[in-house]
Amino acid sequence: MDITVNILLTIATAATPLLIAAIGELVVERSGVLNLGVEGMMIMGAVGGFGAGYLTGSPWIGLLAAIVVGALFSLLFAVMTLSLATNQVATGLSLTLLGLGLSGMIGTSFVGQPGVRLPNLDIPGLSSIPVVGKLIFGQDPLFYVSIGLTAAVMWFLFRTRTGLTLRSIGDSHVSAHALGIKVIRYRYLAVIFGGACAGLAGGHLSLVYTPQWVENMSAGRGWIALALVVFASWRPWRVLAGAYIFGAVWIGQLHAQAFGIPVPSQFLSSLPYLATIVVLVLISRNKRLTMMNTPASLGQPFVPDR
Amino acid sequence: MMRLELVKRPQRSALFSVLSPFIAFALTMIAGAIMFALLGVSPLNAFNVYFVQPISEVWQLHELAIKAAPLILIAVGLSVCYKANIWNIGAEGQFILGGIFGSIIPVLFPEFEGPLVLPLMLLLGMVGGALYAAIPALLKTRFSTNEILTSLMLVYVAQLFLDWLVRGPWRDPQGHGFPQTIQFGDSAVLPELMPDAGRANWGFVFALVAAVTVWLMMSRMLKGFEVRVLGSSPRAGRFAGFGLSKMVFFTFLLSGALAGLAGISEVSGAIGQLQPVISPGYGFTAIIVAFLGRLNPLGIVAAGLVLALTYLGGEAVQSALGISDKVARVFQGMLLFFVLGCDTLIHYRIRLIGFAAPQLEAAPKLEEAR
Repeated sequence: MDITVNILLTIATAATPLLIAAIGELVVERSGVLNLGVEGMMIMGAVGGFGAGYLTGSPWIGLLAAIVVGALFSLLFAVMTLSLATNQVATGLSLTLLGLGLSGMIGTSFVGQPGVRLPNLDIPGLSSIPVVGKLIFGQDPLFYVSIGLTAAVMWFLFRTRTGLTLRSIGDSHVSAHALGIKVIRYRYLAVIFGGACAGLAGGHLSLVYTPQWVENMSAGRGWIALALVVFASWRPWRVLAGAYIFGAVWIGQLHAQAFGIPVPSQFLSSLPYLATIVVLVLISRNKRLTMMNTPASLGQPFVPDR
Repeated sequence: MMRLELVKRPQRSALFSVLSPFIAFALTMIAGAIMFALLGVSPLNAFNVYFVQPISEVWQLHELAIKAAPLILIAVGLSVCYKANIWNIGAEGQFILGGIFGSIIPVLFPEFEGPLVLPLMLLLGMVGGALYAAIPALLKTRFSTNEILTSLMLVYVAQLFLDWLVRGPWRDPQGHGFPQTIQFGDSAVLPELMPDAGRANWGFVFALVAAVTVWLMMSRMLKGFEVRVLGSSPRAGRFAGFGLSKMVFFTFLLSGALAGLAGISEVSGAIGQLQPVISPGYGFTAIIVAFLGRLNPLGIVAAGLVLALTYLGGEAVQSALGISDKVARVFQGMLLFFVLGCDTLIHYRIRLIGFAAPQLEAAPKLEEAR
């Protein structure tokens, strides 16, 4: 029983950064913007979070720094694609390349340093209930944030007027503009929200998952988060399900390596990436479903005519 | 409160088409100067170490050619993809598979020697890269799966596969446990162009030939026209009878084969054996090269040399000034940003609008209609 609980806990820890980053990107894409820079914003959040935590000794300040760094970094993308109408695919790629380089440079002095870890939730009495206690009341704070964030985004997108406006911009920025909606302003806010989420997800990696700085520690998670949004056909609760499936794959291959299954470790390590491909194929096979759900103006630059 | 406003030009600006890479480069230098100053190094001194010293002697120019060759080869292929609005970003993986496929002969059949070995290796490298690129192409055409994500995921898979090969079945039994294959025999090593002057090998010639060939194809042949039409308007392409699926395969196979050729050229020329890591991110840097070269194969040759210099400069500042060689990555990233930003000038005029400034040129009629 204990083993099961522990495995479930590790799955939740692996799924949390994927979920946070993917939920942020979902909002961005719902507004019609494709930001391929998730990996870059995530790794910047990771290095920013680690650095601030390491220098101040407070993981909470680290977390705040991760969010701010992610948001600021996404602002760069926003200015380029929204104000200068650059190609979103190319700009997102360059954000990732710049993030990987910049984080490596900033983090040079952090390599091998001990980090600070965000403490797990501990409610006297409740957290020590057998089995469910730890699962419900004893996880790291960002686990609860990720679940809350998913619920909040669901409510925002489908139950509020602003959410409806945001989705309408994603489906047709021309019509939205004609109705007097400030398309660019909405998109700026959406992109910055996505950046803050990606930064937070990075902070989770360097302040909770493995509290240290390792170069390229995001290891493609930002890209998997992007795939999750497609897999979820732009629905928040499906992102949640997808993140946990991927968390399970990620942890499953780690456990399989630890148990010494007679398969080369490299093959097991490649499972999350292969699973991403398989899942993308399965979901995109149904063309009508994908067509119906994809925000219609996703990835298209928009210059207001006036 | 200041605001940017883009005003569409009636036609693309020829002036800025030419000028924009240079403006981007100048802006990168300014940003780089600020970065070096922040790191506590005099920018002038840093620039001297970074951009001048690495190319001040002949043997260093050879090193530049060694770094530029794979960048140009890969970027030339990618430029065709991007022109067609098809996004292969997994060249790094295709590069690795090219290196692996081409190494089959020297690693598994080391006793096979002679003048046939190298051509076969190069061919196998191209086949390996093309086959690996065929996976995202097949998934895109059969299942309309997003090629950006699949081609990128395959990079991670390729890196792990190479890691397994050189630590497992292909490891040199006499290598004292080091994760590497046997050293290639003489007939499996790409010859140097001018052995007396420096290390540059035939890879650079391949890169130039590929650039000129693809330039001819894009500007003088129907295929190039097809690529451009499908890229700018898939609908128009369909009416003209150009098949999008065929184009996806064509661009992926071409760019994959060129990346594979770059991979085996690097392994057989500069390295001489397979190692766990055979590329300092050439496949990704080539994306920058492609854009900096304006997706034009001849521009890419120049851009490849510039980006190769950022690699050499990164190594130089690390050894001379004690700054991390990650500086190179930062330079490359900034350059791409500025290139993309400056490209906006080709299609738009940029106006800065102050908060209270009267909008002189805005037609009042349009304002009211809004």
